[in-house]
Amino acid sequence: MAVGIHAFGGYLPRRRLSRQVVVEANAWFAPALKGLGRGERAIANWDEDPVTMAVEACRDALGLLDRSTLGALWLASTTLPFEDRQNAGIVAEALGLDSTVRTLDIAGSQRAGTSALLTAIDAVAGGAGPVLVAAAEKRRTRVASPLELTSGDGAAALLVGEGDGGAVVLGAATETADFVDHYRGQHQDFDYVWEERWIRDEGYQKLVPVAVERALSAAGVGAADIQHFCFPTSTTRVAAALARRLGLSDGSVRDNLQVSCGETGVAHPLVMLVHVLQQADEGDLILVTGFGQGGDAVVLRVGASLADRQPVRGIEGSLAAGVSDTNYQRYLAINDLITIERGLRAEVDKQTGLTTLYRNRAMLLGFIGGRCRACGTPQYPASGACVNPDCGATGPQDRYPFADRSAHLNSHTSDRLTYSPDPPAYYGMVQFEGGGRAMIDFTDVDPGATLEVGAPMRMVFRVKDYDPMRGFRRYFWKATPASPSAPAEE
Amino acid sequence: MASGIRDKVALLGMGCSRFGERWNDNAEALMLEAFSEALDDAGIEKRQIDAAWFATAIEEQHVGKSGIPLAMALRLPLIPVTRVENYCASGSEAFRGAVYAVASGACDVALALGVEKLKDTGYGGLPQRSRGAVNDMYWSNLSAPGAFAQLATAYQAKHGVAREDLKRAMAHVSVKSHANGAKNPKAHLRKAIDEDRALNAPMIADPLGLFDCCGVSDGAACAIVTTPDIARGLGRTDLVTVKALQLSVSNGTESQHNSWDGSHFMTTRVASARAYEEAGISNPREAIGLTEVHDCFSVTELVTMEDLHLSPEGGAIKDVMDGVFDAEGALPCQIDGGLKCFGHPIGASGLRMLYEIYLQMQGRAGDRQRSTEPAFGLTHNLGGFPHQNVCSVVIVGQEGA
Repeated sequence: MAVGIHAFGGYLPRRRLSRQVVVEANAWFAPALKGLGRGERAIANWDEDPVTMAVEACRDALGLLDRSTLGALWLASTTLPFEDRQNAGIVAEALGLDSTVRTLDIAGSQRAGTSALLTAIDAVAGGAGPVLVAAAEKRRTRVASPLELTSGDGAAALLVGEGDGGAVVLGAATETADFVDHYRGQHQDFDYVWEERWIRDEGYQKLVPVAVERALSAAGVGAADIQHFCFPTSTTRVAAALARRLGLSDGSVRDNLQVSCGETGVAHPLVMLVHVLQQADEGDLILVTGFGQGGDAVVLRVGASLADRQPVRGIEGSLAAGVSDTNYQRYLAINDLITIERGLRAEVDKQTGLTTLYRNRAMLLGFIGGRCRACGTPQYPASGACVNPDCGATGPQDRYPFADRSAHLNSHTSDRLTYSPDPPAYYGMVQFEGGGRAMIDFTDVDPGATLEVGAPMRMVFRVKDYDPMRGFRRYFWKATPASPSAPAEE
Repeated sequence: MASGIRDKVALLGMGCSRFGERWNDNAEALMLEAFSEALDDAGIEKRQIDAAWFATAIEEQHVGKSGIPLAMALRLPLIPVTRVENYCASGSEAFRGAVYAVASGACDVALALGVEKLKDTGYGGLPQRSRGAVNDMYWSNLSAPGAFAQLATAYQAKHGVAREDLKRAMAHVSVKSHANGAKNPKAHLRKAIDEDRALNAPMIADPLGLFDCCGVSDGAACAIVTTPDIARGLGRTDLVTVKALQLSVSNGTESQHNSWDGSHFMTTRVASARAYEEAGISNPREAIGLTEVHDCFSVTELVTMEDLHLSPEGGAIKDVMDGVFDAEGALPCQIDGGLKCFGHPIGASGLRMLYEIYLQMQGRAGDRQRSTEPAFGLTHNLGGFPHQNVCSVVIVGQEGA
């Protein structure tokens, strides 16, 4: 049975931290970092994590597709916010998926992204129905470490289904070896990394080729026929050497996005694949690899329908939407890499009642309101009594999702009194086309931006509050200025 | 058909503590300070009070729940004490309870007392606290200034007003209140400011700067009410009576229905119209001699002038700049300094407003006294946020006016 990529999407956080600024700030201590000072890396905002980024990538992939046919949603990451609470389940609630969807977190290795993809291919071939594979990463890195410079935050999502889709899977293979180039043990915040030259010579150059050759063989494709080779590591030279060794053409080596975004960990092979799928032509052959305790490789061929399956944003759109950021101090503060004086207002207890959350999960995680059965007025939250002053009918309301509806600003402010990890706090009244409104937090408002009443806004899934005392975080939707690449709305 | 409250209840005595940063006083001391003044003013004994209503809004910060703190602070003789909380309208809510008790005939004499002790948080501004288990999960991270600042953006958009023009009118509102507060020995903030200082102050929540925001204060205020007949029996003449007591509470229209544009207070328009009707006032701009409104922020006061039907819609900026609401103007607003400078101990504020009008009607307002004692005075509280609030409007006046 043919299995292919039927839809795909990507998400990179808006801010791109200048590496030069990081290098200069740390030059007194680690002058050798100078060689990594080129370009920018994508950094998550304070209210983003792999769950929220995965939601954005999935929304981009799914667009206006019918979500009710999804068989499974898998989330791959090594930086998931919850160790014991299914993270994919949060994504499923945010996407408003049917409760019959099979959700699963896939973690434990930098190879988790490609391994999730390979497993999804097998599952679909076995009749699991369409599987949405999301991969997201937000690595916590030490100040003045190479990883701080080479990493990026981001996510990608692929809808794997029966039939050719936009790119059909021709073959895949895995090589497994307990090659510990780095690791992060239990209760450790940061990675412990071994020597780069060893990783290059014994890891990349030896383990990856084994998987690639088997995948090419399974696909019945010659190395020289590959147009797009995705090798998701931060150094370009390694990919080029690997290509020569494997007999891939020089031109096939894809941009690893190191200059523009950084390596997004588990998500990076999928991020690079989505980037390819936004640029490839019919008939192109794509080789995607993943590395981590061995290697994964998958070969795909682009079909005629790829052009009709393009996401609104993807990685290309995400790259274009980036804004340069030279505020290294802010990056350190929002990632708790320095201890900043947050003030007494930050001390408010953010305990979440889990009963409260569960009872209201569609409202909070799904941003689902109600529509009055008597007068048709949409309202948020749903209520047993219609808010329309001319109606007021009581009784159940129909489920009414707001997340993807067009909205505009009714009133707004930027607040320097209330506690925010990233002051000023922007918020205001957002009004939805067709009815409904909410006084809601804003996010990703660029410094110095001027908000205007009537400005279009779109909704994004974000962390609302952190509860450091209990290690919990609560999610909700926020409004952000709608960019030209905003998702299509009804 | 309800006949309303007009002239059924008289103010017998009022008291108000000094407002401010009362670092060395507990809430109980503030209550006693206000109550002692009111009891002296009323000329009665404590045992003559039949029932009491007690207002605090942020009781976690000082006295805790229930009516007990009032009963204990004043050593009331085991009479009924009801604790009320209705955001910043709490003080007016206590007054409503006491007045209704007298009007119903259930009590001869009733007490309303409000107190707030806000300066024990360790930081400026109102305490940052939970808004309720579900609300905390979806409400924006809003502060009071951030919520009211949005009035300005929506007002500008609706009326096509330039930001600078609105800012200047807001500054005029604050400059006027500072000038008034400077003449009030009980006020928290007693320094006059000029327009430049207001306009150039640090931004709190755009476009509200520091001087667009009222003080957060410790303080208490109270009223003792009775029937006009009993008041006369106690030898009182020239009574100040209650003309109207109205309250309007948001039902979700502003926050959840797209019919509200964010530039005004729906509740204030409704409550004030009902209050004028109850008081028998057909032309409020002519009839009302003095107002004490909820100037938690300068823009609130400005917009409220329209919602109280004192300025035409879209006309408040002109009236403010023309000085209509200045101490020497035709219709002074916050002649005691208002929340802005007298201060804003939440539970006490509604009663503090009545206190000033009561003094002015009796010619007892010292340096602030109007040359002509007003026949009708209006107080207005706005609790919560523009998009979700409790609005009280109280009108008092000379008996027979």
